[in-house]
Amino acid sequence: MIDLRNYNSLGAVLRATAEYWPREVCLIEADRERENTRFTYREFDEVAQPRARALQEKGFGSGSRAAIIMTNQSKWLISAYGIFFRGGVLVPLDYKLSPGEQIQLLRHSKAEILFTEYHIWRAITGADNFDQLALKQVVVTDAPANAELSGAIRWEDFSAEGTTEFVVRERSDAACIVYSSGTGGRPKGCVLTHDNYLEQCAALIALFPFRPGTRYLSILPTNHAIDFMVGFIGPFVCGATVVHLRTLRPEYIREAFVRYHIKYTSLVPLALKNIERGLRQRIADSPVYRRWLARRLMRINRALTKTRPRPRLSRLLLPDIHHAFGGELQAFFVGGAFTEPATLQFFYDLGIPVANGYGCTEAGTAITLNDLRPFRADTVGKPLSGMEVRIVNPNAEGVGEVAARSRSVMSGYLDEPEMTAETIRDGWLYTGDLGRFDPTGHLQLLGRKRNMIVTAEGKNIYPEDIENAFDSLPVKDFCVFAENFLWPRNELAGEKLVLVLHPEPGVQISPSILEAAAARNRALAPYKRVSECLIWNQDFPRTASMKIKREALAEEIRSRLGRESVTAL
Amino acid sequence: MGPEAAREFIGMRTLDQTTEEILTLAAQQFKVARATLSPTDDFFKTLQIDSLQALDLLTRLEHHFHVELPDYELQGVTDFQTLARRIQSRL
Repeated sequence: MIDLRNYNSLGAVLRATAEYWPREVCLIEADRERENTRFTYREFDEVAQPRARALQEKGFGSGSRAAIIMTNQSKWLISAYGIFFRGGVLVPLDYKLSPGEQIQLLRHSKAEILFTEYHIWRAITGADNFDQLALKQVVVTDAPANAELSGAIRWEDFSAEGTTEFVVRERSDAACIVYSSGTGGRPKGCVLTHDNYLEQCAALIALFPFRPGTRYLSILPTNHAIDFMVGFIGPFVCGATVVHLRTLRPEYIREAFVRYHIKYTSLVPLALKNIERGLRQRIADSPVYRRWLARRLMRINRALTKTRPRPRLSRLLLPDIHHAFGGELQAFFVGGAFTEPATLQFFYDLGIPVANGYGCTEAGTAITLNDLRPFRADTVGKPLSGMEVRIVNPNAEGVGEVAARSRSVMSGYLDEPEMTAETIRDGWLYTGDLGRFDPTGHLQLLGRKRNMIVTAEGKNIYPEDIENAFDSLPVKDFCVFAENFLWPRNELAGEKLVLVLHPEPGVQISPSILEAAAARNRALAPYKRVSECLIWNQDFPRTASMKIKREALAEEIRSRLGRESVTAL
Repeated sequence: MGPEAAREFIGMRTLDQTTEEILTLAAQQFKVARATLSPTDDFFKTLQIDSLQALDLLTRLEHHFHVELPDYELQGVTDFQTLARRIQSRL
């Protein structure tokens, strides 16, 4: 693998890959049973150069910002390489956001160039706030012939001949601006430097070294911090191969595991849970003796892999399961949200270890990672190399807020010095998560200090961001809380939101008010919905400027009502 | 009817017919009464399905209409009517 200490930027290290492994395959893009493209490292460089040159001709250079909004495809990585080659700052945006939210973040990031797909661009041009967008150039892929491009240019035409000047960047320069949460009033754009990424990458590949020939299946979108690191920078630094699928339908994902002999992939807990459900069903549907045999073999596998994974042995013991995953699967990476220990244990017993980690965008992706030696289902692993982690103000059980310090911690939130100062104090990143260390140095997560939840899909939801969905409800006041913020508990599974309703004086909360609240709730994206409702008959405490004092209100509610007082919404 | 004529006949499906067939298939697949679904409904909300279940529905629609619908082309499509238009453009 490339020694990252010799490089100062992602652009420099990606450029070096073509010299290290010119003939190794770096990228495969497949669509259903077809293969669209396959590039060696040299070919990847050759296809990116004309795009980098086109960027240069647009005046794009040191510190210029360019956004990518694409589903998983080879052009995501090619565009990113072009941006880094020209010394630019990449703004990876989530293609699942609404067009209005994408415009908001494009404006906030001050991106000059946008690489996107035709259908995404068409939705953006139809958004109410489209006229607020000011971009120098929009480049679209997948545009049908004769399509109206509303000022954009086709990917195929965004190309220029001639030598591209490589722009040198320092380690302390910004590499990416990554938005870490919803798009409420204050978007959180984490500014991550080249040093942040190179440090994080070095720590991760020390634990899980990829090799030329190792194939990683990219299922998470590449704008996701985990896939960007484990499904782009990490494999490229090691000369491995990234496989992109243009469809995420389960039947084609299953086929891809087999066809491409996949060794690693990354998932969010929700997807892992879905695979678990399918496998459990498959075992349950089998004849009695096979069921008995499977359970017996899983127990034997668990005993034989107690100290470390033994992939070959596990494949011999449970061949059917392993064949279904292509027979070469080494591990799943999972992160972005809490994963239930029972799920992790189930996969480990099958001989498919799950490298469970913990982190946040602000920390440069991962803070801790399970190194599987030995496997632990009840922790999120040990701090990565170079990462200092401490528990702030621990209680009698050793539980307190998790704080982290490392060269991979972001430089700050874009244009938000106050928010940065609240989050990073004396060099320590305060995560807002509650945890403790066990005697072996593994971190256990036990709750949140902040009023927020993380869904099983890995989405961070701040209750304040969804309150406007309930505006104009016929009540005196309302407020949304994370259930575990109102009533703390040592548990991170199944986090929920609670809508607190304060009726007008002398008015009861009627079924019609509840129905109106439920209707507004249904209009929210499913992962943002409130699950429960609580009726509260006291005035909300407020600041002089009439803002709700959330912590004081939560404390009042906590002192008078328990978790059992909520009703389903 | 020769192959050319048959193709022409299938191509004569109107947008309304395509929409109606989608609604019927969706109702069957998720076991809801056809009458509860209307073309402008958000299928995630009306059928109470997640993105994986929506992908299953798309696979079924592809088999029914004999078309291929790329996932990326359906990004952001949440109502039956728009889905019907995308399918219609490929018939």
